[in-house]
Amino acid sequence: MTLSESSDDSVKKSNPREDWPARRGGLRQAEVDTCGVMSSGVGYNDQTGAETAVEAGQETTPTTSSSGAAFGLFSSDFKKNEDLKEMLESNKESLKLEAMKRVVGLISKGKNASELFPAVVKNVASKNIELKKLVYVYLVRYAEEQQDLALLSISTFQRALKDPNQFIRASALRVLSSIRVPIIVPIMMLAIKEAATDLSPYVRKTSAHAIQKLYSLDPDQKEQLIEVIEKLLKDKSTLVAGSVVVAFEEVCPDRIDLIHKNYRKLCNLLVDVEEWGQVVIISMLTRYARTQFTSPWKEDAVFDENNEKTFYDSDSEEKKVPTEAKPYMMDPDHRLLLRNTKPLLQSRNTAVVMSVAQLYWHLAPKHEVSVVTKSLVRLLRSHREVQYIVLQNIATMSIQRKGMFEPYMKSFYVRSTDPTHIKTLKLEILTNLANEANISTILREFQTYVKSQDKTFAAATIQAIGRCATNISEVTDTCLNGLVLLLSNRDETVVAESVVVIKKLLQTQPTQHSEIIKHMAKLFDNITVPMARASILWLMGEYCDRVPKIAPDVLRKMAKTFTTEEDIVKLQTVNLAAKLYLTNSKQTKLLTQYILNLGKYDQNYDIRDRTRFIRQLIVPSEKSGALNKYARRILLAPKPAPVLESAFKDRDRFQLGTLSHSLNVKASGYQELSDWPAVAPDPSVRNVEVIEPVRSRLSETPMFSASCCLVSPAVTNAPKPSVISSSLLSDLEGLSLSNVSSVTSPSFGPVKTYELLHHMTGKGLAAKYHFPRQPCLYQPSMVSVQVILTNNSDHVLEEIHIGERSPAGLNVHCFNTIERLEPGASVTVSMGVDFSDSTQAANFQLCTKEDQFGVSIQPAVGELLMPFTMTEFNDLKTHPRTFSDNRGHLFKKKNCIPGYFFYQIFVNPEQMKKDV
Amino acid sequence: MIDSLFLINHSGDIFLEKHWKSVISRSVCDYFFEAKEKAVDPENVAPVLQTPHHYLISIYRDKIFFLSAIQTEVPPLFVIEFLHRVGDTFLDYFGECSETVIKDNVVIVYELLEEMLDNGFPLATESNVLKEMIKPPNILRSVVNTLTGGSNVGNTLPTGQLSNVPWRRAGVKYTNNEAYFDVIEEIDAILDKSGTTVFAEIQGVIEACVRLTGMPDLTLSFMNPRLLDDVSFHPCVRFKRWESERVLSFIPPDGNFTLMSYQVSSQNLVAIPVYVKQNISFLEAGSCGRLDITIGPKQTMGKTVEGLMVTVHMPKAVLTVNLTATQGTHTYDLATKVLVWDIGKLNPQKLPNLRGSLSMQPGAPKPEEYPSLNIDLKIQQLAISGLKVSRLDMYGEKYKPFKGVKYLTKAGKFQVRT
Repeated sequence: MTLSESSDDSVKKSNPREDWPARRGGLRQAEVDTCGVMSSGVGYNDQTGAETAVEAGQETTPTTSSSGAAFGLFSSDFKKNEDLKEMLESNKESLKLEAMKRVVGLISKGKNASELFPAVVKNVASKNIELKKLVYVYLVRYAEEQQDLALLSISTFQRALKDPNQFIRASALRVLSSIRVPIIVPIMMLAIKEAATDLSPYVRKTSAHAIQKLYSLDPDQKEQLIEVIEKLLKDKSTLVAGSVVVAFEEVCPDRIDLIHKNYRKLCNLLVDVEEWGQVVIISMLTRYARTQFTSPWKEDAVFDENNEKTFYDSDSEEKKVPTEAKPYMMDPDHRLLLRNTKPLLQSRNTAVVMSVAQLYWHLAPKHEVSVVTKSLVRLLRSHREVQYIVLQNIATMSIQRKGMFEPYMKSFYVRSTDPTHIKTLKLEILTNLANEANISTILREFQTYVKSQDKTFAAATIQAIGRCATNISEVTDTCLNGLVLLLSNRDETVVAESVVVIKKLLQTQPTQHSEIIKHMAKLFDNITVPMARASILWLMGEYCDRVPKIAPDVLRKMAKTFTTEEDIVKLQTVNLAAKLYLTNSKQTKLLTQYILNLGKYDQNYDIRDRTRFIRQLIVPSEKSGALNKYARRILLAPKPAPVLESAFKDRDRFQLGTLSHSLNVKASGYQELSDWPAVAPDPSVRNVEVIEPVRSRLSETPMFSASCCLVSPAVTNAPKPSVISSSLLSDLEGLSLSNVSSVTSPSFGPVKTYELLHHMTGKGLAAKYHFPRQPCLYQPSMVSVQVILTNNSDHVLEEIHIGERSPAGLNVHCFNTIERLEPGASVTVSMGVDFSDSTQAANFQLCTKEDQFGVSIQPAVGELLMPFTMTEFNDLKTHPRTFSDNRGHLFKKKNCIPGYFFYQIFVNPEQMKKDV
Repeated sequence: MIDSLFLINHSGDIFLEKHWKSVISRSVCDYFFEAKEKAVDPENVAPVLQTPHHYLISIYRDKIFFLSAIQTEVPPLFVIEFLHRVGDTFLDYFGECSETVIKDNVVIVYELLEEMLDNGFPLATESNVLKEMIKPPNILRSVVNTLTGGSNVGNTLPTGQLSNVPWRRAGVKYTNNEAYFDVIEEIDAILDKSGTTVFAEIQGVIEACVRLTGMPDLTLSFMNPRLLDDVSFHPCVRFKRWESERVLSFIPPDGNFTLMSYQVSSQNLVAIPVYVKQNISFLEAGSCGRLDITIGPKQTMGKTVEGLMVTVHMPKAVLTVNLTATQGTHTYDLATKVLVWDIGKLNPQKLPNLRGSLSMQPGAPKPEEYPSLNIDLKIQQLAISGLKVSRLDMYGEKYKPFKGVKYLTKAGKFQVRT
């Protein structure tokens, strides 16, 4: 960059901080300027634009009058960047590209390349796409630091926003919105608004992303942005749906009212939205549903007790309940959401599966939740990190619903090669799943785990055994014995953990366990882990009446080593001394006093405090007063047993699958899942005035599930049962009967008649057929065919009916047997044939009383029909090919709503591609 | 959503960073390094970490940490899945996913990352779509590009982005049209000391390599689809047809992709192809131990077991091993204490055996635990579950493609406890 000193330079420099309108003027000039520069390839010393360019450059390097000098300064420090600058300013594209590649290399390493900004920004309008892209990368990275220079590039983007190529429009908006310069907020706002109404769904998608960028840059724009979001939420393109919901979640997650009208559309589109969009839509809809529908859990509240028996008896239970209480009716919209998300459990994307699982967990009736189990277990085969998250969620779920995962218990068995955090999570789940029936299997597994080389894991296993022992009373003794055996283990951590767990267990089981305590006293000398030592001391004190001979001896040993013990051990020693003093003062008086004296001068104030407190409490003196009398009751009070419970106990306060759940901490931006409302808000808010056309813009993004009907007919030739998307069926279901009956109204378009049976071969019986192009009355998957039967013979034909069909599975709705057809007479009957969307002929036999004639109906391309709603007639105008192409037939009939038409369309895939 | 991405190598150097929102200083990684230090083994680093201002979600694969910094609530799986997708894309583009290859192709990597996320939200993650926008590197093109100044970047919107089959690019042309399917099954099993199966299941995937011109519509059907218990599909598979007819009907992406993965219903007994006789003992005195492992065929359905390998993670106290194998080679890594016995083909007539003594650290107590054996094996031309593809039909195109199905059984997480 060779910025020359212009004569106006000093003038401009005197007021570098111009107010906004003036700057805008300058900006506009800069637009002209950059264009000029770019097209001519001349430097900035071009006379007309120099002043604005310099003005812009001035603010970043205000110390020197010439920016050129400033770069000279850098060159001594950054030799390498200097030659990059030269390359960027050369005329050769290849050199520029090479330079940009190196610059991107610098950025990727996190090195500062900001001083190249002026040289780079010049290339923003380059014709070379790759160069341009790399410049974009650079711009987005450094624009925030070099705001004024960045403004030079804005005009290029503004121009590109009007480009006929949708890709260029979209990428211009992407970069423009990524340039975090507050001054261009109004420009961005304008661009977003325009892009939101763009014809291309891809550009609209980009605008949805831009909304979030602008919001994070300037939250004051919220109101205007919400308007755009509202508009985009109405968008029917699957491409846009995911992105706009992300914008919604970021900008205005509380504006649940914006969702009402789009709820059903989102549910229906969901299967065809790209996988990442599915995740955000599902999680948003979960939140939505919790505010709009009543709880489906009410009638089976019994199941909340985590009681398996009632869980499995749920069927009988349910039959009884409605008689007692008002039966729960699930809102159809609630059901719609559950139904439409279920297929997504088969997604290859683990995040989608997890989000469906959490949706079912939070929204489905209790007895339906278990459909997600299998899929969740499947996720355990995925990467280590995925396992980690999924196991965390299963751990939370398994606390409340053991039954869900019990059949899959073996999937949680630990392998020695699993990472430690996976192992502990599996252990957690196994412990949660333990019950009377499976405890022996689980304990056998645990035995293996205790021997693990991974000591942290072995310790966790011991805790798990402890939990099983407290939860299932049948095995408490077995567990306790097992743990005692572990006390002779060679590994310190294992022993220590066992001691701690035994302590807890003994406390819950205050029976005759003096043997165990004695055993532990014997081990005491060999145990060095403070927590374990402290636990044994506490046990001695607590149950000193059971081991009257040993306890004083242990205290004696402790008196010897008191000064070298850890704090926690010291505290327990003081406790033990106090308790022994109260029960057996004869033997321990001196020892206790000795220990209390040691404690008095300990370095740790906790220990000094405790010593002082204990002394006042147990040793009678004048000062101690009344408290002294109660010392025994205070120290030797029966203590409630600790409850051993899962670490995942309280995690259910968070929505499953969220970051907050994973960390067990409320993450910033976490949206609380509300409780079910007692009374459902008005469900009619979700009603849409017109029949919501699910797939109106055929040309845009036909849904794939729908296109399985659209695509396959022309290309398949194997017989198969029909496949009609559920959304299609629901479209049909939505029609009232009156609509269907009006099917017979005359259809437009040419009617071509085909020969079914010639009267020569048919011994006088002639049959012709044509496709009336109407939705079939009998089944939505069938194509209606009208058959004209004529008796060309000279005798009466009787019992005309349809006989055997081939292929055997051919689904045909036969016409009623015609009892009698007079000579010369003809009769028109209609039948429905399910061609399974294939072009294969339907073969069947046309029978009379005496004869059988094999006939076949060949569906002509274009006669396989599928109902299709369209809101706007204009849609057709914009895609005339759909209309004119003789491969695509349109069938229309009047729908109940004036001005709206009901179409049946069959298009073949190539043509569809063309339209796209 | 995802704010920034840092790629960190094994030794803790950040060798690539990319920001999609404002720049987050790389010092945020220090929290991660702290956790990594604590975890010792990279596998043990918790995937989700919390720092004062950010949340760090990381994955570890191919000796690289993909670390993403996040500022607000987001489903962690969303990020993890995406990061793995990034890794997969690198693998797809460069044939491997390693630090060197990423550094060598840093520009393409950057271009890819730019396209994959917009403002932290995934934009294009389909390989077919990406390849239309950014061409994978190859030597010929890079030579041509330097001469002509051409670029690796396409200038049109990938057709897939907008069509109803976003995973397939338009205008595919091949002179040889071929479609290959690999049915690969893995046996996950835990056997206990006595050889009884504690847990076993079969997991399969169907990997496809489809190079077909135009817009083919394929239907793959199985002889025994009932075997499949739980399935997940590539988005191209029409779920409704699977539900109603148990056939896979799809318009395939171009090139390699995973068509489906499945689990064979757990009711069926899983055939365990080999048995292992082992005896590992540590003597109380003399600081030594004995090891004796024999492997023999069990249920191999008449096929040969190949690529047999046994990996044993020895206790820390085992210093060296002195073993002799009747077949194959064995190595013992002194640092990681991993014994690998590479057997190769299993000969039923002459069973491979590995025996000898283990020398222990003198004075160290006898190890409490016995190491478990991890078995690796391969059986060609066999799907152990018995799954069979019955036919592949193609509609929508006129030509006759070349079709092929291959079966392979492997040991997945196959562990023998001792």
